[in-house]
Amino acid sequence: MAKKFKIKATRKLNRSLGGDIFLMTLLMIFGIFSAYPLIMTVSNAFKPLDELFKFPPTLLPRNITFDNFRDLSELMENSWIPFSRYFFNTIFITLTGTVGHVIIASMAAYPLAKYKFPGKTIFFTLVVYSLMFAPQVTATPNYIIISSIGLVDTPFAIILPAIASSLGLYLMKQFMTQIPDELIESAKIDGASEYRIFFQIVMPLVKPAWLTLVILLFQRLWTTDGGAFIFSEEYKPVSYALRQIAQGSIERAGTIAAVAFVMMIVPVTFFMISQSRIVETFSHSGMK
Amino acid sequence: MQSALKTKPKYTKRQLLKMEIKKHKHLYILMAPYALLFFTFTVIPVFMSLGISFSYYNLLETPRFIGLDNYLKLLLYDDEFIIAIKNTLILAVVTGPVSYMMAFVFAWLINELKPKVRAFMTLIFYAPSISGNAYLMWLIIFSGDIHGYANAFLIRYGFIDNPILWLKNPDYIMLVIIIVQLWLSLGVSFLSFIAGLQSVDKTLYEAGAIDGIRNRWQELWYITLPSMKPQLLFGAVMQITTSLAIAEVSMQLVGFPSVQYAGHTIVTHLIDYGSTRFDLGYASAIATILFLIMMSANLFVRSFLRKLGD
Repeated sequence: MAKKFKIKATRKLNRSLGGDIFLMTLLMIFGIFSAYPLIMTVSNAFKPLDELFKFPPTLLPRNITFDNFRDLSELMENSWIPFSRYFFNTIFITLTGTVGHVIIASMAAYPLAKYKFPGKTIFFTLVVYSLMFAPQVTATPNYIIISSIGLVDTPFAIILPAIASSLGLYLMKQFMTQIPDELIESAKIDGASEYRIFFQIVMPLVKPAWLTLVILLFQRLWTTDGGAFIFSEEYKPVSYALRQIAQGSIERAGTIAAVAFVMMIVPVTFFMISQSRIVETFSHSGMK
Repeated sequence: MQSALKTKPKYTKRQLLKMEIKKHKHLYILMAPYALLFFTFTVIPVFMSLGISFSYYNLLETPRFIGLDNYLKLLLYDDEFIIAIKNTLILAVVTGPVSYMMAFVFAWLINELKPKVRAFMTLIFYAPSISGNAYLMWLIIFSGDIHGYANAFLIRYGFIDNPILWLKNPDYIMLVIIIVQLWLSLGVSFLSFIAGLQSVDKTLYEAGAIDGIRNRWQELWYITLPSMKPQLLFGAVMQITTSLAIAEVSMQLVGFPSVQYAGHTIVTHLIDYGSTRFDLGYASAIATILFLIMMSANLFVRSFLRKLGD
């Protein structure tokens, strides 16, 4: 181990062996702190009930079982509304919301990134300021607005406010700024219209930023339970239904673990696949 | 355009503005859908919230103007709100700076690793913040009986004799919220720092070494931090806003309301009046105060960070 570090130390500038060991130990400790609950969430989902309550808790399931998932699907079948309906609702909200957000936020980001026009500075300042307060601040007026335009108890009560997320616009605008102006200029000389430039040249270039906007909004919409906005059972999203299942007695512990696993694995897998491009987007996230 | 201006200097400012707007018509069209939604769900609500905060409004009757009553009641007679403010500030002062530093330090350490290991560690640190309600795992870790992992661990190694009611004992509630919130806190700003570190100009380090920079700490202070100022500012905004809006973790882990309001925050107070009691005027007053706290904290820290190192 020490040998490994030494090789590194001689290769790298300004790095001492002691510092390397100290900092890597620190990283390891916090890595365990960060990973432990996640590992337990995954492994508990595959443990039989008696193993769930064992101490010390087994890090990896000793007898891997799919009973928890079987129980979960049984519970789903017996629910009042077909469970596929909840899934459909969540998928509809997540898909419509993220696709709408990526398109609409990119459309707004392009002029902000590449042109000077009256109202630009004030609009972008408003967007930056809106990053400085949490959405909870506007929850009450939002409810009034959504109910006055008749959207309460429809998926759009969740989708529309999410589409206008300002973090997505901010990151997309910062990312678009680095597209070379010459590219746009030469397309203009070739006679392409502004709309064509946007959809055929700019949009394909900012693919990494799409993924970032998708993951940020995806996790928010994927886990939404509809809150006060959706009260009809047939429009409720899956996370609401899963929470109902989870509110059972101790025998449900296995099912709860299965639920947590299902909710976690989708966004995490998505991030795993698109990580490098997401990180690339954030290199332009800086503020002045 | 330029020549047209020179030959006809009679245009007023307003006419010029009109021409500018007309020239950029397509830009406004591109921005329209977003702008419409943004104003409807973000900008207008801020002003609405301010307006409603001066009224008594329960969604059924028309709002009744009551002046500053809501604010007076909040600040003078509402003991829970005072607790909520105190808790929110404690949580923000602890989790804000700590999570900010954690995000930076881990991003900085990860940056030294080989790309594959770096990707893996990034995933480990970032995953909690996108794992939905996986933080409910902490319910089992901090469960009050002897089966809770924390209790079982402490009892086995002789630190305590009897299990601690982590989620019900007011002495521990804040500690639990802080731990779980920190676990969740490596989010957007963490990614921003990782990306920022990767884009620092590598030749600066070599030049620094020639100029007499001797160890990693000097390198960090004189080269890395100054080159990352924009990301550091962005990260600060993200962490401040999140740390002042803590609510979900508190409600899910220690209950709503929590024992003796030990986990009560401004946002849980807001949810209580907005969604449970439907006193929207009062809720809006809470929201307005929260808005002011968040904005002033952000603007203060931003101007402080901007000056730093100039």
